[in-house]
Amino acid sequence: MIIDSQRITLDTKSEHVHGHGVGDHLYVHKHSIVHDLPAQVKVVAAIGFIFIVVLTPVHAVWAFALYLTMMFIVVGLAKLHFPLVLRRMLIEIPFVIFAVLMPFFGSAPRIEVLGISLSEAGLWAAFGILAKGTIGVITSVTLAATTRARDLLQGLEAIRVPAVLIQIATFMLRYSAVVTNDLARMKVARESRGFSATGIKHWKVLAHSAGALFIRSYERGERVHLAMLARGYNGTIIDLYKPIVVRRDWLIALVLPVLAIAIMMIAWVTL
Amino acid sequence: MTSNSSLEIKGLAYAYPDGNQALFGVNLNIKRGERVALLGPNGAGKTTLVMHLNGILKAGLGSVAVGGLEVDTDSKETLQEIRQRVGIVFQDPDDQLFMPTVREDVAFGPINMGITGSDLEDRVMEALVLVGMTDYADRPPHHLSFGQRRRVAVATVLAMKPEILVLDEPSSNLDPASRRELADILRSLDVTLLMVTHDLPYALELCQRSVILSQGTIVADGNTFDILCNAALMAENRLELPVGFEPRK
Repeated sequence: MIIDSQRITLDTKSEHVHGHGVGDHLYVHKHSIVHDLPAQVKVVAAIGFIFIVVLTPVHAVWAFALYLTMMFIVVGLAKLHFPLVLRRMLIEIPFVIFAVLMPFFGSAPRIEVLGISLSEAGLWAAFGILAKGTIGVITSVTLAATTRARDLLQGLEAIRVPAVLIQIATFMLRYSAVVTNDLARMKVARESRGFSATGIKHWKVLAHSAGALFIRSYERGERVHLAMLARGYNGTIIDLYKPIVVRRDWLIALVLPVLAIAIMMIAWVTL
Repeated sequence: MTSNSSLEIKGLAYAYPDGNQALFGVNLNIKRGERVALLGPNGAGKTTLVMHLNGILKAGLGSVAVGGLEVDTDSKETLQEIRQRVGIVFQDPDDQLFMPTVREDVAFGPINMGITGSDLEDRVMEALVLVGMTDYADRPPHHLSFGQRRRVAVATVLAMKPEILVLDEPSSNLDPASRRELADILRSLDVTLLMVTHDLPYALELCQRSVILSQGTIVADGNTFDILCNAALMAENRLELPVGFEPRK
C-alpha cells in the first residue's frame, strides 16, 4: 500500500523576485536613487515636469531636446533598461498617427516637402504633439517602473487626491488579481470542454464569458462591501503606514521640474 | 488499440514557469470502471496533476495516457480527442457555467466536438436526466442553488461522454442533502471516476481505492478503508478524519 517512489527533480531557473505585490507588473525591481524616493515626491516632480513641458513654446526645439536628455538621465539613474522603456513607450503610437495626419489638414501657409504640400502650422502642431507626448510618456513610464502601485496610491493620497478616487483605485488594484484569476479559471474550464477561440465565430462564447464574469465581479463587489460594513466601514479608510518624507527627498526630486522651469523661461524670453 | 486502462500516468514531473516544482514523478494507473479518490494535503500538487490529465499543462517529464491515447499538447487533434475523453468538473461551478441557460451550457462541450441537431438535443437531455436537472434546462445557471449548479457542472461534462470523469472537491460547500444526492448520482454513473477530495468519509463512501499525493509524488495506493485506518500514514500526510467518525467497511 505504501509506495516509495523515486523523486524526479527538474532543472529550473529561479529569478530575483522579492516584494512584488498585486498589480505590480509595470514595476521593475531595482535599487536606485529614483526607486528610493517617496512616491508623492515622485508624483509631484513628474506632474510638475510634464506641465512645464506642455507650457513650453513649440518653436523652442532645443528646449525639448534638453527635456528629453534630462529624462534619459533619470532613466539611467533608475537603472532601467532603455529597450524596456522604449517598448513601453509604444503606447504612444495612436497619438503619433494623429500627429502625422496634422500637416496634411492644417491651414495655410503651406510649404512643399518632397513634392507634397504641407501646412506649416500643421507641421509645428505635429511636432508639438510628438515632442510633448513623447516626453510625457517617458516620464510616466519611468514613474510606473520605479514606484510600486500601492506606494503610488499612498503618494496620491498624500497630495490630497480625493479619497473616493483613491479607494476605487485601491480596490481595482486589490481585486484585479482576483478577477484575472476568475478569468483564467473560466478559460481553463472552457478549454477543458474542447473550446479554443480561433475567430469571429467564437466571439459569442467570449461575450457570454465576459457577461458571466461581470455578474460574478459585481456580486463579489457587493459581498466585499457588506463585509466592510460588518466591520464598521463608514466611508473612510485610514492608512496605517504613512511614508516618511524628508527634505532631502524633495530637494532631489525637484531638481527635474526646477531645471525645466529655467529652460521654459529661457525659451519664452528668447523666442 | 484498446486499452483496459482509463488513465495511465508514468513518471510525471512538472515545474511552474517561476521555477516552483509541483510534481516529482507521479505514477498512477486507473482501470476502466474504477472509482479512485485522490487524497492529499493542500499544496500536494493535486490540482496541478488534474491540469495534466487533459493537456492544460504540458508535462515537464513523463507521460499521461487516456484510454491508450497519449496526451500530446502539441497536436491539436489529439488534444481535442483527449478533452472529450477527460471530463473535468472544477471545484467552483461558476468557473464552468457561463452560458445564458443550463441547456446551452450543457450543449457547449458537445458543440465543440462537432455534434449538432437532434444528436445534440439527445445528449443534453440525457446528461440532464443523469443529474436530475431536466426541469431547470431553460433557467439561467446563476439563478440556481449552489448544489444545483454543481450538478449542472457535472452534466456539462457528462454530455461529452467522457472516458474518465475527474471531480475536483465534489462535496465542497454542499449541504448534507445535496452532498448525498451527488453521491447517488456519481454512484449511478457507468464511468471511470477520479475524485480529488479532502472529504475522507465521501471518499470511503464512493471509492474503493484511494491514492495519496504528497509533496508531488504518490506515497500510498490501496484500499480506501485500509488507508483511512492507517493512523501513521494519515498523520504523516496531514490527513484527518472528522471528529467522531469511525471508518466502517
